[in-house]
Amino acid sequence: MVAHIILFAPLTAAVFITFFGLRRPKLSAGVALAGILLSLALSTFMFWSNAFEVRGGDAWIQAPGLLVQFGFLIDPLSLLMLLIVTGVGSCVFLYSISYMKGDTSYARYFASLSLFAFSMIGIVLSNNFLMLFVFWELVAVSSYLLIGFWFEKPSAADAGNKAFIVNRLADFGFLLGILYVWMLSGAAGTERTFNFAELARRLPEYLQNGTIAPAAMTIAALLVFCGVVGKSAQFPLYIWLPDAMEGPTPVSALIHAATMVAAGVYLMTRSFFLVSASPEALAVIANIGAITALLAGMLAVVQNDIKKILAYSTVSQLGYMVVALGLGSSTAAMYHLSTHAFFKALLFLGAGAMIHGLHTQDIWEMGGLFKKMPVTAATFLIGTAALCGIPPLSGFFSKDEILHLALEHNKLIFGVMLFTASLTAFYMTRALWIAVLGPDRAHGHKKNDHEHGNAHDAPFAMKLPLILLAILSMIGGFLGIPTFLSGEHAEPLNMTVAATSVGAAVFGIVFGTMLYSKKSLVHDPLKRSLGTFYQFVVKKYYLDEFFVWLAGLFQNALARVFFWFDTNVVIDRGVNGAASVTSSFGSLLRRAQTGVVQSYAMVFAIGIVAIVYFLLMRS
Amino acid sequence: MIGLHHYLIVSAALFVIGLFGLLVRRNILMVLLSMELILNAANLSFVSFSSFRGELTGQAVVFFTMIVAAAEVTVGLAMVVLLYRKKRTTNTEDLRSMKW
Amino acid sequence: MSLGPVSILMLAPALGACLLLFVPKDRIKLIHAIGLIAASISFLLSIFVFWQYDRAAAGYQFVDRVEWVPSLGIAYHVGVDGISAVLLLMTGFLAFSGVLVSMSVKKRVKEYFIFYLFLISGCLGTFCALNIFFIYFFYETAVVPVFPLIGVWGSGEKKDYATMKLTLYLTLGAVLALVAILGLYFAAGVNTFDLPAIEQAVRANPLPLDFQRWAFPLLMVGFGVILTLWPFHTWSPMGYAAAPTSVSMLHAGVLKKLGAYAIIRLGLGLMPAGAAMWMPIVAWIAAINMLYCGLVAFTQKDLKYILGYSSCSHMGYILLGLACMTPLALNGTLFFMFAHGLMAALGFALVGFIYDQTHTRMLKDWGGFGKKVPFVSVLFIMTAMASAGLPGFGNFIGEMMILMGAWDKYRIQAVLAVLGLVVTAGYMLKTVRGTMQGPLNPSGNDLKDATGIQKLPYALLLAGLLAVGLLPSIILPTIETGTRPILERISHES
Repeated sequence: MVAHIILFAPLTAAVFITFFGLRRPKLSAGVALAGILLSLALSTFMFWSNAFEVRGGDAWIQAPGLLVQFGFLIDPLSLLMLLIVTGVGSCVFLYSISYMKGDTSYARYFASLSLFAFSMIGIVLSNNFLMLFVFWELVAVSSYLLIGFWFEKPSAADAGNKAFIVNRLADFGFLLGILYVWMLSGAAGTERTFNFAELARRLPEYLQNGTIAPAAMTIAALLVFCGVVGKSAQFPLYIWLPDAMEGPTPVSALIHAATMVAAGVYLMTRSFFLVSASPEALAVIANIGAITALLAGMLAVVQNDIKKILAYSTVSQLGYMVVALGLGSSTAAMYHLSTHAFFKALLFLGAGAMIHGLHTQDIWEMGGLFKKMPVTAATFLIGTAALCGIPPLSGFFSKDEILHLALEHNKLIFGVMLFTASLTAFYMTRALWIAVLGPDRAHGHKKNDHEHGNAHDAPFAMKLPLILLAILSMIGGFLGIPTFLSGEHAEPLNMTVAATSVGAAVFGIVFGTMLYSKKSLVHDPLKRSLGTFYQFVVKKYYLDEFFVWLAGLFQNALARVFFWFDTNVVIDRGVNGAASVTSSFGSLLRRAQTGVVQSYAMVFAIGIVAIVYFLLMRS
Repeated sequence: MIGLHHYLIVSAALFVIGLFGLLVRRNILMVLLSMELILNAANLSFVSFSSFRGELTGQAVVFFTMIVAAAEVTVGLAMVVLLYRKKRTTNTEDLRSMKW
Repeated sequence: MSLGPVSILMLAPALGACLLLFVPKDRIKLIHAIGLIAASISFLLSIFVFWQYDRAAAGYQFVDRVEWVPSLGIAYHVGVDGISAVLLLMTGFLAFSGVLVSMSVKKRVKEYFIFYLFLISGCLGTFCALNIFFIYFFYETAVVPVFPLIGVWGSGEKKDYATMKLTLYLTLGAVLALVAILGLYFAAGVNTFDLPAIEQAVRANPLPLDFQRWAFPLLMVGFGVILTLWPFHTWSPMGYAAAPTSVSMLHAGVLKKLGAYAIIRLGLGLMPAGAAMWMPIVAWIAAINMLYCGLVAFTQKDLKYILGYSSCSHMGYILLGLACMTPLALNGTLFFMFAHGLMAALGFALVGFIYDQTHTRMLKDWGGFGKKVPFVSVLFIMTAMASAGLPGFGNFIGEMMILMGAWDKYRIQAVLAVLGLVVTAGYMLKTVRGTMQGPLNPSGNDLKDATGIQKLPYALLLAGLLAVGLLPSIILPTIETGTRPILERISHES
């Protein structure tokens, strides 16, 4: 029952706003906040009371040969995720109240955000694949609605579409995976099921006694992983996430940094029984994660838009989590997911405060923020340090665990991850120096100077979430998250790995400081020194162009051919031909229509006589 | 002795005369008259059969025919009058606008 | 003789139409009132029948029977089983909202309503007739009024061509089906058109295999034409584009389902062995339907063409579900038919609403209407999402059940069907992007949003779609009682 309230409180808020709140912005914000706070309070209550439950749930779709339940699975994993979603969610809701102030569609914003909270909580609580898929699609929709929140702006509308389509493409694989797993679950003749607990019990058993082939598990794992590639923005489908920054900044913080994009990692952890049984799938997953982390890290270096930097950084960090999954440790992945949720949401909200104050997203037009907005700048600094992996902030611990794992299993991936860690430190230092610590560059080439001069810290409702998240980012490493998840005591820090990773981070920071701390800097010095390679990265490795070309192939070439076929070939020719034959035959026949009634009567009479004659002759 | 045959022969004669008139007369009034002849030929057959077989069904049908014939004449004559007013002719050869 | 609720709900629109014959044509208000009352009676009774249908007892209920030509076994015989009850409910929804939408018709209102009400009666009659003769009779009653409705009240330069094409296709299909039906009459050998009687005879004594082999394809193609079975689908986008809004609604929503209904009742139900022979081909055609029509929808520039091709593409799911002949898929198909009926009607209604104001349906003349007509645009986006198979709407559940049903039997086609969902999402989002989002197109400067009673039909259709999408158990058990005997015969003959 508690779980029901946690799930439906935000939905109730969304429905309420839709029906009663559209013209009452204050009320709608209040209702939305109340909804998420209620969820947060009850989640905390559940956490304290240790209320783990694995319930069958109620039948949702019931037909011969199919039973889909509406039920909850509450274990440490979902509880942790629930706390992150509702916790970060509450911060973002609170922050939005003043960030979105004055927007004409204030109420619509809160309705969509509440809908998102509902769907995300649904993903976390689902006890079966199909129900999870339902909410999985719903988060895609709410994300679509929120990215395209300012839908009059073509770029925002396009970004929303792109996000949805790319995710849909990935869900093509995911849905097939669900169907495939569903089929496997009945391999021994038992009734098929979507239930996670049931699947986790059955599949390894079937694998062991040879009912299903190892290859089948690999296929299933990789198909399900397709969904993760879309939602958690992995190579090659990460292209939608940077564009998604068109949405309001709090949305980017909640959906595209802390929670929704992490849903993929959550899904993999939830269905870890699939992956862990297949070394091939694990290898693919680890490699894709490493590629993603590296490519996105390099992309983040060349961005000038603060939100884009953070977006690529998110992709890169998601790569870390996926690597952890691929190396066989879902605990490490979830650990990094949690700390990342804290500091990345913090960074995004900080960026939002800057954008709010300075009315620009270009880091080259920012600067000198410690004087103007001390709280924002300080919290941003904390977030950056956590992301870079500086001990004893949260990011250090979780990243360390992944690196340790990589060192044990795969040296190559360890190298890539270490390089990426250094890269992370480098681009964050760059952003920090240019946007926050450096001189105020706006005066040089900015028109709205007086607005700029007035920039100051955000109101309290925006500061409070920043401070809360900053505290969480600092202490996230000491909360005992891995122990809570796995039930085992965390391993002590491996000093070699810790030292190496800190060394890599410090290297990146020092290098970044050397390059970007100059006060006179107005252009990126890397642009000149790296030349063509820099351009290649700026063009995002031409991956977007590739997808556009691919889509064009389908949409233009194939679809046009089909349409031509449709209008010119299919049986229209036949039907139109039949029609013209009929009409020419008809025009022959109509000659017989003289218009003289008596000639018709004549024919009629002759006919009658003939019929009578034949009838008489036959008898 | 006048038997059924005689009646039927008269009926057939009437029918043929009517049919001949229907097909060859060009005056539309005469065509209508010929149609009456045909109907009456049928009536005669009905009545004679009825009388010779000792049944009343045939006579009942005749009543129907007569009613229909009356209705038909009413409508038909009205149409002829209208046609004459409009086209100033009762010759069927001139009334051939209902063609392709 | 007393008429039960099914007879009344089926005859009410026809009686309304007869009554309208005696109403002077300038009494618009009265005409609207009569049309609305007739449709409301059908709507309310369809809810009543659906609600009162005894799932535990199953079988045919609310039966009315009047002998007509006993020597041929033709009787006025109506009643509902689980399948009919659900489809009647759908038709009730659509009839009521269709009549509400029809009120925007300005030209020759009286004649429009007369034809429209006959169309509704025909649709309702097909679903509840229990005599094959009358199924065919009502089917034709539904098909024929469409001809004047599109020909007189339609729009677009290709209107006449589209009308002719639509009518010719459907009539030709009907002729093929008629041959199969007459063959069925003789093959069943019980000298009656009575459906329950034939069903009983077939259960004891399956139809000869040779007969099933040639009769089933005739039936499949004959009724498949109206179900836009590829390649007999080209009449549909063109016809919908030309048709007035409320006719497109009913045509895409209900008339297409008449074909599927007849195939289920007469094809799967009476000739399962023949069906089993031909269904692998149908499954491939279904995949073609989904992908081919979906891709063609991508290239369309006219909104109604997009919706038309989209509806053809969705018929692929119905065809795939029919092809499986398994419990899960068949139930899913009927569920999908219900959901698609509401969804297609909603889509056409919304496009029509804006078309009435802008007088253009070209994608390039639309854009940014979201700000102008928030209510309509939100509903339009929801329709697009429903069309793309998003959870929460009925389509999702139907599609899922069909996919799961097809998974074991036609795996490749099922994979293609999932791909079809991606394609659908693609063109639907493209459409939303081009119509509701982006900067405002000048053609929408004077747009006015739906107000008051205008919102009713849209809200009603959406509510139905959401209700079954969230709580499938509203209609699923009823559907199941209807499909059970058919499935029994299928498994009996295989």
